Amino acid sequence: MRLSRNNHPAGGAPGSEGHLADLARAGPGAAGVVRDIEGNGATAERLRALGFVPGTEVRYLRRAPLGEPLVFELRGFRLCLRRPEARRIRIRRLSPAEA
Amino acid sequence: MKSCAAPAERPRDAARPADRGGRPLFALVGSPNSGKTTLFNALTGHRARTGNYPGVTVERREGPARTPGGEVELLDLPGSYSLHALAEDERVAVAALQGEYGRRPDAVLVVADSTTLERSLALLAEVLALGHRACLVLTMVDELKARGGELDLARLQAELRVPVVPVVGHRGLGIDDLRQRLAEWKSWTRPELLPPDTPEARFAWADAILARCRRRRPGPHPWTRRLDALLLHPVAGPLVFLVFVAAFFQAIFSWAGPVMDLFAGALEGAADWTLATFPDSLLTRLLADGILRGVGAVVVFLPQIALLFTVILFLEACGYMARAAFVVDRLFGWIGLEGRCFVALLSSYACAVPGILATRTIPSPRDRLATLLVAPFATCSARLPVYALLIAAFIPDERVFGPFTWQGLTLLGLYLAGGLTAVLFAALFKRGLLRGATLPFYLELPPYRMPRLRVIALQVWDRLWMFLRRAGTIILGASVLLWALLTFPGIERSPGQSEAEHRREVLEHSYAARLGKAVEPVFEPLGFDWRINVGLIASQAAREVMVSTLAQVYAWEGDEEDLQGLGEILRAPDPRTGRPRLAFPSALALLAWFAYSLQCVSTLAVLRRETRSWKWPAFAFAYMFATGWLAAWVVHTLAS
Repeated sequence: MRLSRNNHPAGGAPGSEGHLADLARAGPGAAGVVRDIEGNGATAERLRALGFVPGTEVRYLRRAPLGEPLVFELRGFRLCLRRPEARRIRIRRLSPAEA
Repeated sequence: MKSCAAPAERPRDAARPADRGGRPLFALVGSPNSGKTTLFNALTGHRARTGNYPGVTVERREGPARTPGGEVELLDLPGSYSLHALAEDERVAVAALQGEYGRRPDAVLVVADSTTLERSLALLAEVLALGHRACLVLTMVDELKARGGELDLARLQAELRVPVVPVVGHRGLGIDDLRQRLAEWKSWTRPELLPPDTPEARFAWADAILARCRRRRPGPHPWTRRLDALLLHPVAGPLVFLVFVAAFFQAIFSWAGPVMDLFAGALEGAADWTLATFPDSLLTRLLADGILRGVGAVVVFLPQIALLFTVILFLEACGYMARAAFVVDRLFGWIGLEGRCFVALLSSYACAVPGILATRTIPSPRDRLATLLVAPFATCSARLPVYALLIAAFIPDERVFGPFTWQGLTLLGLYLAGGLTAVLFAALFKRGLLRGATLPFYLELPPYRMPRLRVIALQVWDRLWMFLRRAGTIILGASVLLWALLTFPGIERSPGQSEAEHRREVLEHSYAARLGKAVEPVFEPLGFDWRINVGLIASQAAREVMVSTLAQVYAWEGDEEDLQGLGEILRAPDPRTGRPRLAFPSALALLAWFAYSLQCVSTLAVLRRETRSWKWPAFAFAYMFATGWLAAWVVHTLAS
């Protein structure tokens, strides 16, 4: 299942808190809760094993000087992913107060 | 998934783990940076045996540990976040746990960084699901407290139903408790209910248990925040990285130099002393020119390897290596590799031997193989004397533009050609030969920690010893063999003949010369005669040997340092044929040949040692030979 940007059940305009986004596009400083991993297969399996399971809080810390990889903080550690992997992690964005 | 059949290939020295008098066998599993290596070293007292797993370039370490109940065997498995293998190469950990490489471990120590606990509990769940008895070893408990974290350990043990032992590996705290636990392994409790078996459920299980243990997550690591703000900064980060690269390069290129010269000089001195002291006989010459110079060829690498690994292990332990990989990952991503490959390629510019050893920092075996297959293209320091000789003799010292001369540009071109070819072949290998399921890239940025010098010193010693034992013996043997080829069958010195003349004559009648003549058809299209071929054969011991061999072949009586004199001899016409000894196109071809061909037994020996088979060194030799020949032929044809 793939949600289009204009039709997300959680409501809110794109970029605002509470709406669904993928982790790659969340941008530095954003915080969110993992909703699901898009697709199945090896990459999804590995992302889940690394701790990106539904309900996990994730923070997007920064991106590398050349645009990739991206640094995330979850479960007390910092992990770099490249964009294709990060794009598959869908989150519900948290407002600064919630985070 | 593959069945549990025994692997077909089982090299002798990767023998079955711990069939050692029926001692209990414990496997150590844990995520990278969990303190597993420190714990393994603390328990075994640095009596580890190292090797590779059959068929893959994954390192294995095992060693005995004393416990109150007698000695036990420990097997250190590759660090991983999960036992769920995506690629055949990643199956090593789970295969070892299931006993596919020999004995099934009797019990498993799950090493867990207490500051990132839920991830380790998920790993523990996987180990328990395989039906193993397990013990949870909590590391970094001091850091957990210092950062304001909390955890009820007694409660954790009760909830998990497996023994929990806190340790501070580098200070030895808790190690005695752990030894006691190891002795009592038969009475370790096991949970009645196996933990769940999907990642989602495992993390939910871990979260629930930690909530019941009143876990408070540690606060942010104060230093890590501040340092990352600088080292990962879009502008400051790359600048620091460049400074780091320059310092790193300087260290392995120049600082190791004086020590290497000292070693080489000492052995050279010993060889000369031997020749001068003992009556001239075959035995004396074997000792001096064969064995002592062969030993010299081995020990000359030690300063570089020691320095390189001190720097690498220090930067890894303190946490910068992951940041450096983060900064350059994108560049390597374009060629199908990843940021962690840069250390190996950079080191190879000093010498491919430590560079290949440095590929150990690359977690993906496929990336590692691609990197070590192209590392010898990097312009190592042994090529410089050959480049210097040929460039000085054949390339005009004229300005092209600005401060640039043809000589300087040629040298620059050779350096660039090496690097670009390495990148090109790495990309080719990753798309062809070493293609496979692309594994998702991930890289943890661990908190910055102060490395323990003792731990690093012991690991450096480990590397040096491994190099001496595995590669050193091959290098020494090959050096003696090459010496024999260049010496036998030998000729008596006729009266009135100068020493240089005699040496030339011995060489002309040697097996190496016969070999050089035999391979003439191969090298003739490049414009090399048999004398050059002898040089190519001799320089297999080390590239710079080319210079001294050419001096011998042409009975050059001057100083070896006087490259100009030797260069003039190369350019001058041969009195017997009237043609130049080395024509201009052939000299260019020789430069191309040295840029590309794998002209180095030490590199081959290390490739063999790291890949555990002759297959990869043979492949590397063959494809680089082909590349070198082709490049030399193109250059020769264009220049003629």
